[in-house]
Amino acid sequence: SSPPPPPPPPSLPNLLCPSMHGYYWMFELSPHWSQLEDDEAKDRFDVDVSVTNPEKVGDGMNAYMAYKVSTRTSLTMFRCKTFSVRRRFSDFLGLYEKLSVKQSLHGCIIPLPPEKSVVGMTKVKVGTDDPSSVEFVERRRAALERYLQRIVSHPSLLQDPDVREFLERDDLPRAVNTQTLSGAGFLKMINKASDAVNKMTLKMNESDTWFDDKFQEVESEEQQLRKLHAVVDSLVTHRKELCGNTAVFAKSMAMLGNSEDNTALSRALSQLAEVEDKMEQLHQEQAASDFFIFAELLADYVRLLGAVRGCFDQRMRAWQRWQEAQSTLQKKREAEAKLLWANKPEKLQQAKEEITEWESKVTQYERDFDRIGMMVRKEVLRFEVLFVSMHSELCFCFKFQLIKFWEAFLPEAKAIS
Amino acid sequence: MTVCVLNVDLQTDATLQVDISDALSERDKVKFTVHTKSSLPNFKLNEFSVVRQHEEFIWLHDSFVENEEYAGYIIPPAPPRPDFDASREKLQKLGEGEGSMTKEEFTKMKQELEAEYLAIFKKTVAMHEVFLCRVAAHPVLRKDLNFHVFLEYNQDLSVRGKNKKEKLEDFFKNVVKSADGVLVAGVKDVDDFFEHEKTFLLEYHNRVKDASAKSDRMIRSHKNAADDINRIASSLYTLGTQDTTELCKFFLKVSELFEKTRKVESRVAADEDLKLSDLLKYYLRESQAAKDLLYRRSRSLVDYENANKALDKARSKNRDVLQAETSQQICCHKFEKISESAKQELIDFKTRRVAAFRKNLVELAELELKHAKGNLQLLQSCLGFMKTNT
Repeated sequence: SSPPPPPPPPSLPNLLCPSMHGYYWMFELSPHWSQLEDDEAKDRFDVDVSVTNPEKVGDGMNAYMAYKVSTRTSLTMFRCKTFSVRRRFSDFLGLYEKLSVKQSLHGCIIPLPPEKSVVGMTKVKVGTDDPSSVEFVERRRAALERYLQRIVSHPSLLQDPDVREFLERDDLPRAVNTQTLSGAGFLKMINKASDAVNKMTLKMNESDTWFDDKFQEVESEEQQLRKLHAVVDSLVTHRKELCGNTAVFAKSMAMLGNSEDNTALSRALSQLAEVEDKMEQLHQEQAASDFFIFAELLADYVRLLGAVRGCFDQRMRAWQRWQEAQSTLQKKREAEAKLLWANKPEKLQQAKEEITEWESKVTQYERDFDRIGMMVRKEVLRFEVLFVSMHSELCFCFKFQLIKFWEAFLPEAKAIS
Repeated sequence: MTVCVLNVDLQTDATLQVDISDALSERDKVKFTVHTKSSLPNFKLNEFSVVRQHEEFIWLHDSFVENEEYAGYIIPPAPPRPDFDASREKLQKLGEGEGSMTKEEFTKMKQELEAEYLAIFKKTVAMHEVFLCRVAAHPVLRKDLNFHVFLEYNQDLSVRGKNKKEKLEDFFKNVVKSADGVLVAGVKDVDDFFEHEKTFLLEYHNRVKDASAKSDRMIRSHKNAADDINRIASSLYTLGTQDTTELCKFFLKVSELFEKTRKVESRVAADEDLKLSDLLKYYLRESQAAKDLLYRRSRSLVDYENANKALDKARSKNRDVLQAETSQQICCHKFEKISESAKQELIDFKTRRVAAFRKNLVELAELELKHAKGNLQLLQSCLGFMKTNT
């Protein structure tokens, strides 16, 4: 009897892709990923989800965007073949919250939704249809679409009743705990991500030094991450302090200007007080943007680490397969030797073919992992570059304003006599 | 070392020029080299230097305060004691924690603390120099004998710091003085000019005090934020050195950007400290000195009025009239002398103050602009780098 056919090599893990796609609203899809997507489309289950028709509902600061979520499916577990519902952004976040609670059930990293953007949404709520808010909505729509597509392409998640309810139910109860990523919530996310992967991680043979080194690397990177997070927190606190102290100082200078009896000096001191006041506002904006940018940066890095740890999981399975393949190879070689000795040429040929097949599988498994790791890091690099650019651009704007304030003050100071 | 931000128009007189040409920081004291250039006949040489410590400056200041002759002048405020305690403590802590951080982190923190130490050092030198320059520029004080001894006598003045008993005496003197000050302040002045000055100075002094304290707090927050940016830079640097991937190279580049940003922010904070905070602190002390002058004048006015009353009483009783008359004459003379010089002093104070504020505010604005523009350039180059890498 012939040996059982070897298991098919794993397709590129869905574990990695969903986490990364949360940010595609920021720049165009790289051709690299779209290739991957085509490969995966072949594996996709028969469910197609799209997010369309963004519409503003309500007015002022309570306004929100509602999106049309349309599903087309041939699966019998759904009530109809085609249906659509209206959902708002917080509903998507709510779905994530529900799923992440059941993370261990699904045995995979739950895809993370696009982040809340206070700045972007405020513009949409308050402003008219200026090009930047239109763009923002479009990006968000695209991101939400990818998010749902990732979820439904996970066979395990598709079975989840919360997912089905999200796609089907007309009247979804409002999600309540969808806070913007706060400092504490942020650390929680880091811990959640590492816990999830820790649970999946199997014990491996520590004699594999490459694996060991890489694992140590990830551990120390996570440590650095926590340190960095603590420092960013400290920076935000100090900036807030600076805001408070600047405001108080500005008032004090205004008072001093009042008592000064030289009119030109008095005016200059009041001007200085005004400049300091404006600085305080700038500091505040800077603190908010710093936090937003850094939180995004660090969150992204957390995802990377989560994904890399997921890679380790895959790698471990690959390693196991490799070990099995090696032992099978060994057995095949022994069999070949026996056949050689027994002189059965056809069987010998078959054995030789099987050996070549297994040898290539072994190399394939090993290469897969390295490739995954490399791809992930490359994509993340693009994100990081983008974030730092955003930060630099914002800093640029702040400095520009700062310059304007001081340039207005200088002639006043010179006019003192 | 003639870094002197508060020295406005004080260097013009060639007959007596004083500066601190050098300073040495030893374990718990600072030695200033006071350098004098003078064409006055009182001095043996035209140019000479001596080494002085902080206590000797205080001795000189106190000798002015205690001298009745100078009651009618604003005594230049004494320089504050050099305070390196905080800085030294930080350096010590750094030394203790050397094992717990990487070599780069340690070197960087050490450099920063050393820079901070140097900044405090420069400031204390400037403060001491300003005091001497003010004395040298004052038409009457510059002729003081103690001052000349201070400048010329090249041995130790053997001015020991006050012992406990003397410090206690000082404390009581101050208590009495402030109580008296309150009493005396209640007396309304006949002279409008002085009445106005009294009200003005009181309010101004309080507001300068407030502004000075708040400015200090603001600048400290600014320094803290700059320190945080420094730690972020170090953290990113550590992340960047873990590997040689693209991501790591990127982290190194970002770490560099933050490092440079931090340097700029630190410099901004330091400049604000110098131009704004120190200015306010100085005028806090000067306005106090002006208040002290007014107090002495009011005191002498009260004495004069009391002497008048005593004279009237003596005349009515026809006893010790001559004594009372001389006493009254003395008080009257003293009061008039003080009033005359006080008026001029207060006018000068105003002029000096306006000029100093003008100079410092202009320089502050110019420095802020310079740093912001530099920072802008930095960010621009960073953005350029980002664009080429995506």
